[in-house]
Amino acid sequence: MRSLPQQVPRLAIVFGVALGGLFVARGLLIPDTFGDRGHYRAAAVDSIAAQPVKFAGRAECAVCHDDVLKPHGAGNHRGVTCEVCHGPAQAHVLAPLEVKPSVVRKRELCTACHAFDPSRPLGFPQIDPVAHNPRAPCIGCHRPHTPEPPTPPEACSACHGHFARQKAVSPHAALTCETCHQAPPQHRTNPRAALPGKPESRTFCGQCHGTPETGVPQVEMESHGQPNLCWQCHYPHYPEIR
Amino acid sequence: MTPDGARPSGSGEVTPAQGGSPVDRRAFLGHVIEAACAGSPLLLGVVKLPALVAQESGGYDATEHFYGMGVDVTKCIGCARCVAACKIENDVPEEPYFFNTWIERYVLRPDGRVEVDSPNGGLDGFPPIEDEGNVLRTFFVPKLCNHCENPPCVQVCPVGATFITEDGVVLVDEEYCIGCRYCIQACPYGARYMHPDKRVAGKCTFCYHRLVKGKVPACVEVCPTGARVFGEVEGRATPLAQFMRFNDLQVLKPNLNTRPKVYYANLDVEVR
Ligand code: HEC
Ligand code: HEC
Ligand code: HEC
Ligand code: HEC
Ligand code: HEC
Ligand code: HEC
Ligand code: HEC
Ligand code: HEC
Repeated sequence: MRSLPQQVPRLAIVFGVALGGLFVARGLLIPDTFGDRGHYRAAAVDSIAAQPVKFAGRAECAVCHDDVLKPHGAGNHRGVTCEVCHGPAQAHVLAPLEVKPSVVRKRELCTACHAFDPSRPLGFPQIDPVAHNPRAPCIGCHRPHTPEPPTPPEACSACHGHFARQKAVSPHAALTCETCHQAPPQHRTNPRAALPGKPESRTFCGQCHGTPETGVPQVEMESHGQPNLCWQCHYPHYPEIR
Repeated sequence: MTPDGARPSGSGEVTPAQGGSPVDRRAFLGHVIEAACAGSPLLLGVVKLPALVAQESGGYDATEHFYGMGVDVTKCIGCARCVAACKIENDVPEEPYFFNTWIERYVLRPDGRVEVDSPNGGLDGFPPIEDEGNVLRTFFVPKLCNHCENPPCVQVCPVGATFITEDGVVLVDEEYCIGCRYCIQACPYGARYMHPDKRVAGKCTFCYHRLVKGKVPACVEVCPTGARVFGEVEGRATPLAQFMRFNDLQVLKPNLNTRPKVYYANLDVEVR
């Protein structure tokens, strides 16, 4: 039988060595788990996934702070999660007594979101930190967990302090503003869009000062001060006899 | 063969009578080595059979998820709590220039000029707008890695150290990354940086370590206005799917065909 040509076994050896070398190189160069799930090291995903969590998430606080969570979830800050203000709290969840989350009571905590900025979307409640009760801590007036939108002030004095103060020390102190001004409710929330009425004639004052049964000082309505309006001589919020 | 019958060989006379082939032995061996070299990457790169083992501990199965993020620009108040939380959660270096996510302020002028700034990612707030009377529109845009389905950064990585996971997140293998910065150059969104200490590429991971534990990314957790929405891209009842159904969506630089998975709602055309 004809033996194999001389070069075949020699080539086979060369191929064998080359192949062997390749597999050794492959084993050395390709890291473990490379290609398990794609063109990457699968172990890398696992090590990234094993990174420690620092922000526990609002749900984790429920077990122990339900008293805060309930009102918080119903208030205006329900979208503002606990750890925005208290910092990452996973460590606190794992060891509640050893690690305490931060409790910041400074104005800066709130102004990060509420300071006026023209780039913020319209309608987001904003204040000018320089003008809005400067130096007083925000939480002195607003509860951080359940802040309220500004309640429209009940008293006219909130906006008309000057008149109120005058009236308070005048003979008309006992009269309410509404005695002389019909103020629609919207005037409290949007003053200029709904202005209250004002007395328009002498007979208005005459209801009291021309009606003896009221027991207030009387004047002769037909003659007294004619033809002027009463408030051209008597300031209505501080009537005095001049 | 040349017309005169001489061989064009430059490597000595080889005739059939000598028992050789038309190609001499040395040249042949040369070819073999060439072929072996050319073939070796093929051999080296052979993708192993997908492992059938359970993938992560805790029963998380990456193949059951496919993540994306929605960003509603009209809800962003630019408070940068997301930037702060991200830096803490992911140990991103404190100093400026290193951000997994950051806030850009856009100022559109009536004459068509567009000014964009992001001082320290928005962390310290924004300086007053210059010439404030002369502004057409101004708003904030949160930015982050877009976790593209067709990511240029993954294409250029020479060693396979950056990749897309089965759940659609683009990650960096910190042990395998050689720090060549190709991916930083390739990313059209500027979402990658060179980690100053680790000397590897850094980027947003969608907080992968939180996802596997069923938590949302830190930026989403702390966003006070719901400007960021996270979840499964596919599926019906997920928050992201709803967000995608009820909004006109845009992605950044769609012309690059990177197919981002961060979807923006109410995005101004000027935003790049
Ligand atoms: C396992 C129970 C537990 C969990 C879970 C928990 N806490 Fe607490 N927390 C406590 C205890 C106990 C205290 C201490 C109360 C005290 O000292 O009066 C506390 C105190 C606090 C305080 C006040 C610290 C101070 O200095 O007064 C804050 C703020 C707080 N927790 C926030 C959180 C947040 C946010 C979470 C969720 C991420 C959370 N906690 C989860 C048990 C818990
Ligand atoms: C807008 C910021 C903000 C958010 C959001 C917030 N807190 Fe607070 N929290 C504060 C401030 C400020 C204080 C300190 C109040 C004080 O001293 O009067 C505080 C106090 C506390 C305390 C101390 C005990 C107390 O009631 O005074 C606990 C516990 C607490 N917060 C838990 C929570 C939890 C749980 C959440 C999430 C449901 C949360 N906080 C969300 C700002 C916040
Ligand atoms: C991370 C951002 C953020 C921080 C920090 C924050 N808030 Fe708020 N605040 C909000 C959001 C969001 C709302 C809800 C706005 C809405 O309903 O449109 C809100 C609502 C309010 C409201 C109700 C205003 C209205 O007209 O509805 C008040 C008051 C308020 N916050 C006060 C505070 C105070 C005081 C602090 C500091 C203790 C604070 N906020 C910290 C985001 C924040
Ligand atoms: C002295 C009490 C007081 C302090 C301190 C205070 N506020 Fe107010 N705040 C009010 C009152 C009263 C209103 C409602 C009337 C108004 O708009 O001025 C209000 C309204 C608001 C509103 C709603 C504005 C709107 O247009 O809806 C926000 C937001 C607010 N405050 C945030 C803050 C922040 C942030 C701080 C700290 C930097 C702060 N407040 C400090 C009393 C206070
Ligand atoms: C929220 C603040 C606010 C409150 C509360 C308020 N006002 Fe006014 N009021 C205004 C403003 C602002 C104007 C318009 C002043 C101007 O145009 O210069 C005004 C105007 C008036 C005027 C003048 C109308 C005119 O035609 O010139 C009267 C009268 C008046 N208010 C009465 C009242 C009475 C009575 C109350 C209590 C029921 C009241 N206001 C509560 C803010 C307020
Ligand atoms: C006795 C009736 C009377 C009472 C009570 C009264 N006002 Fe008047 N007020 C008037 C009259 C009359 C005018 C018209 C004055 C004028 O046109 O010069 C007026 C005018 C005003 C104006 C318009 C500003 C101005 O000077 O013209 C305001 C604001 C106002 N009153 C607020 C109040 C408030 C607030 C109170 C309660 C604290 C109040 N008034 C109580 C009679 C009254
Ligand atoms: C609801 C009844 C009432 C109305 C309406 C009224 N007043 Fe009076 N007025 C009084 C009362 C009560 C006193 C205080 C009497 C006293 O001091 O004993 C008073 C006192 C006065 C005084 C001071 C009298 C004195 O002797 O000190 C003057 C002036 C006056 N009113 C003017 C007016 C004018 C002008 C108007 C119309 C704008 C007006 N009043 C509307 C009830 C009213
Ligand atoms: C021309 C200016 C003038 C006008 C207009 C005027 N008064 Fe007088 N009023 C006076 C003077 C001056 C006195 C004090 C001298 C007096 O007793 O005659 C007075 C006194 C009063 C007194 C106190 C009377 C007492 O006995 O204590 C009352 C009440 C009074 N006026 C109400 C009115 C009323 C109501 C009107 C509108 C119908 C009015 N006045 C219009 C100038 C005026």
